[in-house]
Amino acid sequence: MLIQRLSLGLLTLFVVSVIIFLAVGMLPGDAAQAMLGQAATEETVAALRARMGLDQPAPVRYFHWLMGILQGDFGQSIANGREISELIGGRFANTIFLAVFAAVISVPLALLLGILAALYRNSIYDRTVNVVTLSSISTPEFFVAYILILFISVQWGLFPSLANVGPTTPFLERLDKTFLPALTLTLVVVAHMMRMTRAAIINLLASPYIEMANLKGISKRKIITHHALPNAWAPIINVIVLNLAYLIVGVVVVEVVFVYPGLGQLLVDSVQRRDLPVVQACCLIFAATYVLLNLTADILSILTNPRLLHPK
Amino acid sequence: MSKLTRLEQELRAGRLSRRDFLQAATVLGFGAVAPTILSRPTFAAPNKGGKFTAGIGHGSTTDSLDPGTYENDFTIGTSFARFNFLTEIDANDELIGELAESWEASPDAKVWTFKLRSGIEFHNGQTMTAQDVVNSFNHHRGEESTSAAKPIVAPISDITTDGDNVVIFTLEDGNADFPFLVSDYHIPIIPTKDGALDWASGIGTGPYVMQSYEPGVRMTFTRNPNYWKEGRAHFDETEMIVIADVAARTNALNTGEIDLMDRCDIKTLHLLQRNQNVVVEEISGNGHYTIPMRTKLAPFDDNNIRMALKFALDREALLETVLSGHGAVGNDHPIGRGQRYFASELEQRTYDPDQAKYYLKQAGLDTIEVDLSTSDAAFAGAVDAAQLYKEHAAAAGITINVRREPADGYWSDVWNNDNRGWCFSYWGGRPTEDWMFATAYAEGAEWNESDWSNARFNELMTMARSELDEAKRREMYVEMQTICSNDCGSVVPLFNNYIHATTTKVAHEENMSSNWANDGHRYFERWWFA
Repeated sequence: MLIQRLSLGLLTLFVVSVIIFLAVGMLPGDAAQAMLGQAATEETVAALRARMGLDQPAPVRYFHWLMGILQGDFGQSIANGREISELIGGRFANTIFLAVFAAVISVPLALLLGILAALYRNSIYDRTVNVVTLSSISTPEFFVAYILILFISVQWGLFPSLANVGPTTPFLERLDKTFLPALTLTLVVVAHMMRMTRAAIINLLASPYIEMANLKGISKRKIITHHALPNAWAPIINVIVLNLAYLIVGVVVVEVVFVYPGLGQLLVDSVQRRDLPVVQACCLIFAATYVLLNLTADILSILTNPRLLHPK
Repeated sequence: MSKLTRLEQELRAGRLSRRDFLQAATVLGFGAVAPTILSRPTFAAPNKGGKFTAGIGHGSTTDSLDPGTYENDFTIGTSFARFNFLTEIDANDELIGELAESWEASPDAKVWTFKLRSGIEFHNGQTMTAQDVVNSFNHHRGEESTSAAKPIVAPISDITTDGDNVVIFTLEDGNADFPFLVSDYHIPIIPTKDGALDWASGIGTGPYVMQSYEPGVRMTFTRNPNYWKEGRAHFDETEMIVIADVAARTNALNTGEIDLMDRCDIKTLHLLQRNQNVVVEEISGNGHYTIPMRTKLAPFDDNNIRMALKFALDREALLETVLSGHGAVGNDHPIGRGQRYFASELEQRTYDPDQAKYYLKQAGLDTIEVDLSTSDAAFAGAVDAAQLYKEHAAAAGITINVRREPADGYWSDVWNNDNRGWCFSYWGGRPTEDWMFATAYAEGAEWNESDWSNARFNELMTMARSELDEAKRREMYVEMQTICSNDCGSVVPLFNNYIHATTTKVAHEENMSSNWANDGHRYFERWWFA
């Protein structure tokens, strides 16, 4: 079972790598041209192209690249000659840091809000939470970010507007600097998780066994935490993991607004400059993140509900 | 902050003359105390110290330390921060020697002898020699070179040294502007290590020493303790951060996290100016927008059509709409008002649908339909500009079909090739007339974006280049501007101002150079905290 999933995951990654390679190859222009920008002359572009190995046919380049990856070598950036592993390393750590920070705030918050909303459903509280979280998810994230900056940073001066962290930034300072981006991401992802928690629990509340518990006279709170929630975990976990993946791969806009040196910005820059090895490496990392997180979601769902191991 | 304190800061920062300060203070009712402020000794010398942070809109993770690849405001800024050049364009836009103490030309302006300052050390303690200069130039020369400065160094046929302090350049043709060319940011003097140019270490002779660099994120610097220039490099530490998003840059300046932001957003400039702790500064430079027509393609191969289109644009309206007035109208040639040989006698072209119709008639047409390719990749507002052009031209019976092109790939697929007949473009401007003309208007030049060739123009360009007599040179450049305006394929509608903003504690000398944005990108070296 696990092995089957793992190999399917690997197959997915392989297919993704081919798609990435083909898609990237279809972009107009190439790295040599993009690097020299408006300053490119035919002569300099040709010289640069030859130096970068861009004059070789695509299948050859793909094969070289794949072989390198299998040996743990992502190759070098063709734009500035730096090792890609070195280029990505620090930024990936930054991306993970921000994702974890946002998750640590948003996941418990979403669960708590969701459970309470199920408990007091259709109350003023339920409606308020729904309206607020749905509004924040419906607002474009850059707008949420600017609003937060306007009040928290510019007006009240509580947190900096630049998430300008470096490799040597101490942990506490890092938390301070990344608080606004983490808060923005929290506002963006909470609604989804909260609504799923609420819906999954409410869905179960109509089941006969809950009715039985009700008839036994167990308190509402206990019914939800002891009887409904354990059976509701599977869909909730799936949604949480989906949002975690989003926190890692979908935060380019937040990175731009807060000038946070994460992987998304690197990907955007590299696409613009046709730095194909870097684009491919980033995409592969993103794809791997999705595959890995989905795998985790499956395993966790099975752990909370062993019946899933034996499909009908 | 009281208004008087603000005035005082403006004065200290060199943004207000003493006379203006007195007048303004009197208007505010502080006339009595103003003279005592003027007599404070703090105005005399710039303060030392502090950490200066610049938020720059350009910069990419794909940037390299190789000076031959510098092409954005971030890498250009780091070039001026770390390096020196043979010559420098100073705050008054005058050419002065930097690493070169003096220079002289042979009468035909073909052989240039530069005498170097002696005893200048690189950041690693190595002494700069004439050989380092030769190597630094050779880095950009030769068949294999991928340097963006290749066109600049191409006319150099030979570089030799005469002892440790003299470098002799021999050019294929005479060039009176050669000392200007060697001030280019691509050609810093870099040390040699094991026989090769050591650009990878980031070491130079300049005001600041690189401490850390993460491409597309930041570069940090400390002051060069042995810097050879007097009265320059006042900050202890400096940092350059890439902030691509203009709103993020503005926020960072408003909260004081950075001391300088470049490329202010024109649309919200009036809001930024309301902040009492921020000063917005404009430099009218030589940067300009162009709308080049491919002169070898129909219908633009007929100069009557080109003239019709030049008359069919309301430049004043464009200036107000696209630049909110932060610039000047262009006269269909690329020479800025501040340049040495600007043709002030040439009449400014205005919006005149009747003239446009007249030229259409000359071409044997009543109406015409043309495609105009545009994208905000050319400059912010290029799409709006195309729409305006369409409206203006309609009055002259000209139908412009605006084609929006993707920003991605704009410079390779749309601009400067025969795929499109007419598109938008921009130029950063060049410090000399010849440099600008030779780059984008000479026959056969790689970036001759309108594919224009005019025999008289090209002849004049070669003559003027080696002419050392000022008056004769001026005459030739005026004629060239006239030819350009009346024949060339490029509509030059606007010259854009460079706009940056700083916190009020930042100060500089009275003038700022206009060859590039941000005081010629020499803010680290020239500015200080008041």
